[in-house]
Amino acid sequence: MSDAILKKEEKVAFALRALYQQYGYLSYKMSKFEEYDLYVENKDFLVGEGVITFNDTNGKLLALKPDVTLSIIKNDGDEAGKRKVCYNENVYRISEKTKQFKEIMQVGLECIGDIGVYDVFETLYLAMSSLAAISPSFVLDVSHLGVVSSVLEEIGLGEKFAKELMRKIGEKNLHETGELCDKYGVSEENKQRLLTIVGTYGAPEKVIKTLSKVCTSGKAKQALTRLQTLCDLLKTTEFADNIRIDFSVVNDMNYYNDIVFKGFIDGIGEGVLSGGRYDKMLSRMGRKSGGIGFAVYVDLLEGFGEEKSVGVDTLVLYDEATPIEKIAQTTRTLVAEGKRVKAQQTTAGARFKNLVDLTGGVR
Amino acid sequence: MINIALPKGRLGEKVYALFEKAGYECPSIKENNRKLIFENEEKAVRYFWVKPSDVSIYVERGAADIGICGKDILTEYTPDVYELLDMKTGICRMAVAAKKDFYDDGQHTLKVATKFVNCAKAYYTAKGRDIDIIKLNGSIEIAPILGLSDVIVDIVETGTTLKENDLEVKEEIFSISARLIANKASFKFKTEAVETLVAKVKELL
Repeated sequence: MSDAILKKEEKVAFALRALYQQYGYLSYKMSKFEEYDLYVENKDFLVGEGVITFNDTNGKLLALKPDVTLSIIKNDGDEAGKRKVCYNENVYRISEKTKQFKEIMQVGLECIGDIGVYDVFETLYLAMSSLAAISPSFVLDVSHLGVVSSVLEEIGLGEKFAKELMRKIGEKNLHETGELCDKYGVSEENKQRLLTIVGTYGAPEKVIKTLSKVCTSGKAKQALTRLQTLCDLLKTTEFADNIRIDFSVVNDMNYYNDIVFKGFIDGIGEGVLSGGRYDKMLSRMGRKSGGIGFAVYVDLLEGFGEEKSVGVDTLVLYDEATPIEKIAQTTRTLVAEGKRVKAQQTTAGARFKNLVDLTGGVR
Repeated sequence: MINIALPKGRLGEKVYALFEKAGYECPSIKENNRKLIFENEEKAVRYFWVKPSDVSIYVERGAADIGICGKDILTEYTPDVYELLDMKTGICRMAVAAKKDFYDDGQHTLKVATKFVNCAKAYYTAKGRDIDIIKLNGSIEIAPILGLSDVIVDIVETGTTLKENDLEVKEEIFSISARLIANKASFKFKTEAVETLVAKVKELL
């Protein structure tokens, strides 16, 4: 069967599943429903979007699964070793802005257990391989939340300031970062440090060099060193030119810690891949292990890089006088040649490249 | 090619003049016709006019790489975009206004008429004040006069409209100016072009 039959998102979903399985990730199939409680306890994890709920026959409140990661973690014990799973699932959310129900197709993977540097590297490498499977023109933005959070800790201004600042960092908003620092009475030196974090992004060597001037001690320096180790490892791969450090990738610090990342494809207006390390969420659920993973939003690929549909290749036109056998034979011959064929009695409303006219009987 | 969404109207024209001065001119934009999209291949820019409140939508979805948008719209709709520059133009403020003799004694639910539902909600929630929001789409000033609402939350530029209708500013919520915003994804692939444009425009401010 020809490859052309599959849509872009279907092709990518297949390619990614094959890739993840090669790296030892087992496919994981889960139920479409989940008890609502799970999401209430971790509602901030589902950044700003609503959950679709309904009652089961016993009156228990259930949710149409809005997220895969939580379900995978929930079902996982603190076992020895590492658990690597990949999935290809639809999730359901209520759009914050339009209040519409949305079905989102996600392909992704999770690695849970004792996470070491290699696991983080492998996850980032697979994230980039996933993007490369969609288009060669991609960028992976990598950030380390430890850099920002430890600088914030040193400044010591509490949660409200941190929350507002994270938004400014996410917006690359230099002018308002300055205003915010002035409003909270941040010292000139620390203000410059924060402005450097907001305004520095791009190729790893350049960013790390600039950042090392403002992350001179303690945890911030450690976090930067870790980021450098990873980038050095990633530079040895075929994707060295696709990696950027960018602190505007900000995920909720109550769940994520350490490395977070986001993938972009040239020609698609939104990030198509998102992931990070979520040890903090696991510890919130009372677990000791670490976890890292990502999801690819496959539905964003719809129509990407595909030619506009022209309908069918050949239209077989017939009428009352055409023997049925003749229609069947013509159609089957064309199909055997690999053509997409549609047989009907009128050309009205049909889009086609070629026409085979069988009207008026066999000529 | 950088796609630029400009807000229709005075602000957009002012900003285009600035872009032109920065070396991103597109002469066809000044021809008096009904075209909506203007391109200058040599300078690698394409401009288009859209409704001011829609600029952030075009940019967030990637139909425009960058755009010019008021802080009022950004605060109200919180689009997921980069905010790269304060254009320091189109300056005004979001404020609470009411009839001159109005005094909020805090004993009743406060009736608030506004176009900016989220801004009003956030402001009064932070104060812990119980309010009833009346969403209007224009001529907000008339609401307190006719007794539809106690106060309004709206943009105030010079305050002339308020004064002429016997209203006054009671509280200021935040100050507003035009901002240069950018689509997050396209910024990754047009970094240099956008950075250069931003730097050149910034020099002129």
